Amino acid sequence: MALLKKEASFTQEMRSFRQRQKKLLLRRFSSSSLFVTGAIIFFLLLVLAFIGPLVIPYGPVEMEVANRLQAPSMSHLLGTDEFGRDLLSRIAHGAQVSLWVGLAVTVITSFLGLVIGLYSSYYRVLDHVLMRISDGLMSIPGVLLAIALMAALGPSTTNVIIALSIVFTPNIARVVRSSALVIKEQTYIEAMHAQGASSFRIIWKHIAPNTISPLIVQATFIFAETIITEAALSFLGVGIPAPDPSWGNILYDGKLLVFQAWWMVVFPGIMIVLSVLGLNLLGDGLRDVIDPHATKGKK
Amino acid sequence: MTNPLLEVKNLRTHFHTERGRVTAVDDVSFSIAPGEIVGVVGESGCGKSVTSQSIMRLFDEKRLVEYEGDILFNNESILHMPQKRMQKIRGNDMSMIFQDPISSLNPVYTVGDQIAETIRLHQKVTKKQAHQKAVEMLRLTGIPAPEKRVNEFPHQLSGGMQQRVMIAMALSCQPSLLIADEPTTALDVTIQAQILDLIRDLNKDMGMAVMFITHDLGVVSELCSKVIVMYLGEIVEITDTESLFTNPLHPYTKGLIQSIPQLDGDRKDSLPVIEGTVPSLDQVPNACRFSTRCPFADELCKQEHPVLEHDRDEKHVRCWHYKKIG
Amino acid sequence: MFAYIIKRILSLIPVLFVVSVVIFSIIHITPGDPAAIILGQEATQEQIESLSEQLGLNEPIIEQYTNWVMGALTGDLGTSYFMRETVEEAIINHLGPTLSLAIFAEIFALIIAIPIGIIAAYRRGSWLDQSLMGISLLGMAVPSFILGLLLMLFVGVQLQWLPIGGYAPLSDGLFTHLKFLILPAISLGAIQAALVARMTRASMLEVLNSNYIKTARAKGVVERRVILKHAFRNAFLPILTVIGQSFGTLIVGAVVTETIFNIPGIGQLIINSVERRDYPVIQGVVLIVTFIYVFINLIVDLLYGVIDPRVRLDKK
Ligand SMILES: Nc1ncnc2c1ncn2[C@@H]1O[C@H](COP(=O)(O)OP(=O)(O)O)[C@@H](O)[C@H]1O
Ligand SMILES: [Mg+2]
Repeated sequence: MALLKKEASFTQEMRSFRQRQKKLLLRRFSSSSLFVTGAIIFFLLLVLAFIGPLVIPYGPVEMEVANRLQAPSMSHLLGTDEFGRDLLSRIAHGAQVSLWVGLAVTVITSFLGLVIGLYSSYYRVLDHVLMRISDGLMSIPGVLLAIALMAALGPSTTNVIIALSIVFTPNIARVVRSSALVIKEQTYIEAMHAQGASSFRIIWKHIAPNTISPLIVQATFIFAETIITEAALSFLGVGIPAPDPSWGNILYDGKLLVFQAWWMVVFPGIMIVLSVLGLNLLGDGLRDVIDPHATKGKK
Repeated sequence: MTNPLLEVKNLRTHFHTERGRVTAVDDVSFSIAPGEIVGVVGESGCGKSVTSQSIMRLFDEKRLVEYEGDILFNNESILHMPQKRMQKIRGNDMSMIFQDPISSLNPVYTVGDQIAETIRLHQKVTKKQAHQKAVEMLRLTGIPAPEKRVNEFPHQLSGGMQQRVMIAMALSCQPSLLIADEPTTALDVTIQAQILDLIRDLNKDMGMAVMFITHDLGVVSELCSKVIVMYLGEIVEITDTESLFTNPLHPYTKGLIQSIPQLDGDRKDSLPVIEGTVPSLDQVPNACRFSTRCPFADELCKQEHPVLEHDRDEKHVRCWHYKKIG
Repeated sequence: MFAYIIKRILSLIPVLFVVSVVIFSIIHITPGDPAAIILGQEATQEQIESLSEQLGLNEPIIEQYTNWVMGALTGDLGTSYFMRETVEEAIINHLGPTLSLAIFAEIFALIIAIPIGIIAAYRRGSWLDQSLMGISLLGMAVPSFILGLLLMLFVGVQLQWLPIGGYAPLSDGLFTHLKFLILPAISLGAIQAALVARMTRASMLEVLNSNYIKTARAKGVVERRVILKHAFRNAFLPILTVIGQSFGTLIVGAVVTETIFNIPGIGQLIINSVERRDYPVIQGVVLIVTFIYVFINLIVDLLYGVIDPRVRLDKK
């Protein structure tokens, strides 16, 4: 009975300890101005992408030939393009596309990168093979590799996601691997071995959780990179096929009309810059909060 | 008595830190005569390095540090003079060597270049002459084959050699004061002894005064004539070396002396006689600063801050009860 | 030093092997028969057969790979399907403008970024530092093709100072050559400048905290010389790495920037080839650019040894 009570009070203590920890972390989050600014920008982006299409009275591919190339006005807040499509609506849908591609690539690369990074940190021979492959992949400049892959796969949203996942996975795998290697050297991992814990258990239960923080930070930057690269691919005409409204596609059209319709260049441009800035701030803020010691130096 | 070479008067050094302003050196006064070797002792964190770097004015005065009091060097006030003039004094009349020689030498220049730079900063000589002088200085500090060593990079030398290079650089303009901040702490015991011998010899030959910072009282007894004991940013005792060992006044000094390992004893076995650790700067007691660790502390000690009393001879002590404890 | 160079070059072999396999595979991950895709829908079965034959697609895959690599090693990257020239010729004809643009952009970036980074470090915490770093944070979020479009819009169209497109080779005179490259180089170099400025500042701050800087001050060195002579040379190593790594990004950025400003570089070459599915050209361009990128990083590594004596000796 007494033992039970003791345990109960212990759990109680643990719980309040965890709550205190949580509060502390929360305070660090809210006091990090980088993080807050980034989060606000990202939130506004979400609002535009998901609430925007509900309130904007035009569809993204709805053409009004009479209203071609209208400058921003009360009826078309950001103007219209050469087919008379509402730019605001296209930008809002473009936000969906960017977010979807960004999210998909981030999730896929995080998962693959986690698996590859963990296992190569654990098995020497595998490490040699996988790291040579990732060295090779990383020495092909990203956009070029993506262009070549798109040329082979053919233009489609799914193929953009596949191509960018191939491009960015080695990057995440590197980050996971290097933090996993540090953990692996720690004595308690050796102790687990001695006690006969299985490799699977050690990798996933003990090493993996310690790689999550750097993984999340890196994933944020990959999200931003994906948005830029997707826009670049679409802008070059090898990304998301028209008439889907991606920001890169709008810029592609806008480039040809830069003399007549400045709004087709300026607004999607601002959107890309803002979302990348937001995600970079978010990443920097996350790093400051989660891992205050790693702030210095490299970005 | 001759005019002192260096006179530190009520020096206070405040740092602006993220957690507010802290005072690392508090009301420190002492003097050093020409040619004299003065030891400064105290545990780590007592403000020895900050005191010495305040004298050299090495801290970032725009952002980090604020000084109070005065420092006279050759009867000239140096604490508030423009940095431009101070730069002419540093390395020329007053120079400094540090604890960790490898990190104190610039890795991308040869040792010869670094010594020659000091010379050319303060003397009108050609590059070639400066280089020649650098070789001479290396020879003076006992580095074998100085003509060869002069063209090597710091990481090619051993720790002891690196410290000799630092000494050669510091003394290359014949300063009248050398500040040595724990110059032997990072070195092997045999090398330590060699460096101490070197400093003592150079003191005799060149006649510069030395402010020798250490937390090793054994070193003090070998080298210094006068000793300043610091605790938590304050001077708690100033005495001559002789009576430091025969008749220490402050309980902190007594503790330090008792914690010197005996010749036959192993360093690791000897327990520290002073219990606890130096409090951090934001926990400075508003009383006798040593009262939290002092075996003799009573109510008075825990309430009132003692002043540095001038005892007979040249002795100063900051303790309410030093006469009683005796 | 010599042994180090050899070792470093040998370490590139596995990297280049993987690169070659990846680039070779590109044509083979195409869903369906590459020959059929290249020829389009109207092609007859015979045409497809004969193109497959011509491309060597009927041979075993290992043999195809060996042939391609052996070709590449001897400078033979195949023949373009559409242009009446070999891939090497096509690349050589288009490489000049791209390299010119990338180098000009890099020079522009370094000229503004390194002084900015040094000044920010020197005046750390001041409003100047904070605003410079704020601008650079923004700069890092502006992809070069967007900055290019905006510059074209404002400087080119509104103010009409500079040509907004086209290219003149160096043989037309340096001034004309540069006039066409100014806007592209600024849009390409800006993001690089932001990155290098931040890196310079971070690296300088780290070095300024080190003991040998204290020693320099204790010797009586004036602050400006402390920064420029004692700190910068040490701080330059990490900066150099960033420059090397990001020069690849710069070349790739050039590929995109070219299409905005109508510069006939390898960017245009590869984009046109993607539209026509001209696989040998695509593979050739990716291979050559990767090679340049790897080569530049090799040079940077070797430069390390020149700047930092510790590297030179340790790796001996
Ligand atoms: N740059 C600085 N900023 C803030 N506090 C400092 C700084 N340098 C030293 N201190 C503080 O001053 C006190 C004295 O340090 P120091 O003089 O280095 O001690 P020591 O006697 O071991 O040389 C310590 O508490 C230290 O934390
Ligand atoms: Mg110290």
